[in-house]
Amino acid sequence: MEKSTYYNPADLAKFGNITEWQPEMGNKFFAYYAEVFKDGALSEREKSLIALAVAHAVQCPYCIDAYTSDSLQKGADEAQMMEAVHVAAAIKGGAALVHGVQMMNKAKELSM
Amino acid sequence: MKSLQARHALLADTGYQLTVLSQADAAGAHLPAFAHKLRETGLLPLRPTSLRVMQINVGKMCNQVCKHCHVDAGPDRTEIMTRETMQQCLAALAQSDIQVVDLTGGAPEMNPDFRWLVEQISALGRQTIVRCNLTIIVANKKYHDLPEFFAKHRVQVVSSLPHFSAARTDAQRGEGVFGRSIRALQMLNEVGYGVEGSGLQLDLVFNPSGAFLPGNQASLEREFKQRLLREHGIVFNNLLAITNLPVSRFLEYLLESGNYESYMEKLVAAYNPTAAENVMCRSTLSVSWDGLLYDCDFNQMLELPVAATAPQHIRDFDEAALNARAIVVNQHCFGCTAGAGSSCGGATT
Ligand code: SF4
Ligand code: SF4
Repeated sequence: MEKSTYYNPADLAKFGNITEWQPEMGNKFFAYYAEVFKDGALSEREKSLIALAVAHAVQCPYCIDAYTSDSLQKGADEAQMMEAVHVAAAIKGGAALVHGVQMMNKAKELSM
Repeated sequence: MKSLQARHALLADTGYQLTVLSQADAAGAHLPAFAHKLRETGLLPLRPTSLRVMQINVGKMCNQVCKHCHVDAGPDRTEIMTRETMQQCLAALAQSDIQVVDLTGGAPEMNPDFRWLVEQISALGRQTIVRCNLTIIVANKKYHDLPEFFAKHRVQVVSSLPHFSAARTDAQRGEGVFGRSIRALQMLNEVGYGVEGSGLQLDLVFNPSGAFLPGNQASLEREFKQRLLREHGIVFNNLLAITNLPVSRFLEYLLESGNYESYMEKLVAAYNPTAAENVMCRSTLSVSWDGLLYDCDFNQMLELPVAATAPQHIRDFDEAALNARAIVVNQHCFGCTAGAGSSCGGATT
């Protein structure tokens, strides 16, 4: 029997199946998705690296798998990919840390 | 790293490679047969359109031992085409309309009669393409003047550079290959190769350094052009994105890295009927170092000769019989039909 886990790598290939229960919205989503990743003002490779960074920020294992292979496929190298992850980490870390200002404001408000 | 043959690896046996390619996966499932896919597309039997290119593999000797090499080439390989076989190729050319001769190997320049062959092809008024691995130019003093020699015969140079980063290039082609390739590219540029208006064509080949498909060719070309110019002052004409086929040392890499099944699934899932229509074997004839005829260099390395209805050796060249043959296909062919398609000339769609 197939091992039951929250995340199964084989499920990534089934992403397209979400259209089965709501074709109209699903198809629109995939059409939009395909449009987003086309070469445009940003190159396909740049978009793939952004996707890789976002995948880390949202901590989606499917997206990390998908955009690691996609980034390689689009010609990115290890250094570029790791820098993209650092951008995600910096923004995520920074986003937590910048709220420290709010904490300081509140603490000052409550303190003598 | 040594060739599969020198290591007496199981995969050195082409029969074993074909067995692996036809096996079921761990779950017992078989990939669809390539021939079946062609039938669905209305392309079976696969027939030539017209013979445009003669690709001659002048020998398996190479100064490099790349991890992905489908030829299993290397310094330890001694198979080399003789001048007599070259003469038979030239005689075939002379009686045909084939305009392009694509010289490959190994490192074709290591064949002692390489320059003679290029001169003869020039004399017949046909275009020569050389698949130059770049590092050969700087490998030994006797090769340093290759750029001038190529320029003199207006040879089109097609060279592999899997990445503009040293790490990714060296991982596939060997330690230090990137640096030497850059030096060789600069030498080619110096005599005018890749320079606008020179008429000397220099194309680069991007093939993935791992178990993934090449991305969009035009997009990769832009990126390569920017980076190579900015970082090394190098110019070139076209980037050809070529998919690695599961043959020989790339097959070994796939099996050893545990990527074989997922890679084959990727190729099958990306089957593109338009790419199938444009596979290069429909316009190419491949000749091996010993003069035998194949539908392409991959079939040659898998020892799958042209159909029995066609002549088997270049000395018996018969264009009409060759044009009427059915091309021999197998599971590795999925590499030519995935995504944008792949051929020695890059994407096919
Ligand atoms: S891929 Fe080309 S350069 Fe590398 S070992 Fe094979 S023939 Fe030689
Ligand atoms: S591997 Fe050779 S025979 Fe098969 S499709 Fe490609 S070019 Fe044709």
